[in-house]
Amino acid sequence: MSDSQFGLFGVDPWWLVLLKVLAIFVMLVLLTLFTIWWERRVVSRMQNRIGPNRVGPQGLLQSLMDGIKLALKEEIIPKSAHVAVYWLAPVISATMAFLAFAVIPFGPEVSIFGVMTPLQLTDFPVSVLYVLAIASIGIYGIVLGGWASGSTYPLLGGLRSSAQMISYEIAMGLSFVAVFLYAGSMSTSEIVIAQEPIWFAVILLPSFLIYCTAMVGETNRAPFDLPEAEGELVGGFHTEYSSLKFALFFLAEYINMVTVSAMAVTLFLGGYLAPWPLSLWADANSGWWPMLWWLLKVQIFIFIFIWLRGTLPRMRYDQFMRFGWKVLIPVSIGWIMVVSVARLLREDVSFSTTEILIAGAVLIVLLLLASWIVQSRQDRRQRAQDEADEAAAAAPFDPLESGFPVPPMPGQSFSYTSRRAAAAGTTVVQEQPVITASDTSGIDDPEEDRNG
Amino acid sequence: MIIPLAETATETNVGEQAVFWVCATLAVAGALGMILSRKAVHSALWIALTMINLAILYVANSAPFLGMVQIIVYTGAVMMLFLFVLMVVGVDASDSLIETIKGQRIASILLAVGFAILLVWGVGSALTEVSPVGVTAANDEYGGNVQGIAHVIFIQYLIVFELTSALLITAAMGAMVLAHRDRWKALLSQRELSIERFRSGGHPGNLPTPGVFARHNAVDTPALLPDGGISELSVPAPVRVRGDERPLDRVDIDEVRQISEGETDLPEGRQS
Repeated sequence: MSDSQFGLFGVDPWWLVLLKVLAIFVMLVLLTLFTIWWERRVVSRMQNRIGPNRVGPQGLLQSLMDGIKLALKEEIIPKSAHVAVYWLAPVISATMAFLAFAVIPFGPEVSIFGVMTPLQLTDFPVSVLYVLAIASIGIYGIVLGGWASGSTYPLLGGLRSSAQMISYEIAMGLSFVAVFLYAGSMSTSEIVIAQEPIWFAVILLPSFLIYCTAMVGETNRAPFDLPEAEGELVGGFHTEYSSLKFALFFLAEYINMVTVSAMAVTLFLGGYLAPWPLSLWADANSGWWPMLWWLLKVQIFIFIFIWLRGTLPRMRYDQFMRFGWKVLIPVSIGWIMVVSVARLLREDVSFSTTEILIAGAVLIVLLLLASWIVQSRQDRRQRAQDEADEAAAAAPFDPLESGFPVPPMPGQSFSYTSRRAAAAGTTVVQEQPVITASDTSGIDDPEEDRNG
Repeated sequence: MIIPLAETATETNVGEQAVFWVCATLAVAGALGMILSRKAVHSALWIALTMINLAILYVANSAPFLGMVQIIVYTGAVMMLFLFVLMVVGVDASDSLIETIKGQRIASILLAVGFAILLVWGVGSALTEVSPVGVTAANDEYGGNVQGIAHVIFIQYLIVFELTSALLITAAMGAMVLAHRDRWKALLSQRELSIERFRSGGHPGNLPTPGVFARHNAVDTPALLPDGGISELSVPAPVRVRGDERPLDRVDIDEVRQISEGETDLPEGRQS
């Protein structure tokens, strides 16, 4: 399969390559304008408002007008900005957003001015990794923009986004692995073709859900829009940006939304392949029709993005990071193990599906049993530990235990003899200060600040 | 990537040569920039440029997997962590150019030149007689670049690879253990914190902000209660202790009381 597929790429005449590049560029810019309008209209409807409806039919030209206005605005560069990097950051962001689309398949082979060519700029054996790589360079734009502004809130936004994107990129990459296993390839066009009978979203549902979560984190969209959390960080990394440079960041965010949606469609929803009732029609997967299916699927994803933004409150940063590292990544790894073991059993040991399911059930029962045994032992140990702690707390506190000055253990009270009291022959007992979570986690207690 | 891959490795076409000269120049420029720039963040950016150009060279040499992994791992993760640390350390931190060890600069220049001569002369002369083979044959053997690498890593050198990964995981665990801090007591959840806040009998919510219902919103202006009294909680303790609370106008107090009792509407210009 691999040889035949790659033979289609890299053989286009130069004018066709230029045409494709231009078409992708124009399509992305138009999609951005459309998405901004669409988002404003949908969010308005969800909030019982009308939204932009003045410029053009249904307000469709509103984002074009806003874009022109934004570009013509006065540009303000902060005095403390690091000028070269300040310039570079939005350029990196926007360029990388466009570049990722080079490997997205829009459709099968069609005839353009008499030349048969696939509706995809190019493809190569690791093009999914290429998208990941381009996304990771794109983060530089945000991080550097935050740093180069020379101001605190943008810096915090930039730091947040770097931490966030590194974490969620791992979960995203892991969700691809099961797709690679089933498609037997990392090339986007081959992954689409491998979904001919059944989409990967169906057979690899957990991977699909993990990807959908990670992609929202990766694009800084609500409820994961912590790098630009306007309630906390003013505007996050783009606080100090204005005019055309801000417009570039804006453009990059919306293109990234389209890119991750397109990746979701390519990897899990059959790319340009027609969905079920349409696929009964023999011509549904040939000619220019697939591009329409592709566009519709991408639009559904964009609608979900907007829906999420209109519905969910922003997550707290620590909850968000904990979710990424302690839930998404372990679940991904576990799922990959399940998938690869099941595949190995089917292909190399030639187990039937029933046998694999029975083996899985037995395994789950054994695991539950083992976890129950471990848990009960842990409980017993915990109880013994608690008893020991209580006994220790009951014991009098010796501030010079084994010859060293030591602090009191939790529960022990600290008593000392002040010199004046010693002279008077009495001992002062001071309660050990209670250490609460608010002390250890650094959350300010307003009560203490105001009254204490 | 519209880089034409060479059919056979022994001959290079114009495209390949162009890629080499552009990327190699940029990579060297990045390396020089990394050494010569004064700001640590700029150095990090220059080295990111070098890494990306090396990745493009790998791709041009029929090793697309290595190229992409180079960008994802080194540029995307390692350099990003570097940048993260640099930004946390200080926005304006730049290296001072004063030598802390005497003669260090001369010694390092001599060593660098010596190493360069060793590399160019030693390795370069050893390679003049060798005709390049390229990875095309190796890629074709297992049906592709990715499959070839998979064969080498997961079959040929499986044990070495797994041992290396065990080593790296141990190092990561060690770092975590060293940086770990024991808590005296378990961290309270949001729910437990809120229960505690109510049970203690204090003020459960935010304290009233200064200047509520008052003519000024300065920090020393106490908030007025609906009965016209003063909310002591609204002025920060240090201000109160110093006795810097702003004395209130009788008119203000009466106004608030009247509004709260429904006697008058909001005064002109105060409708919000």
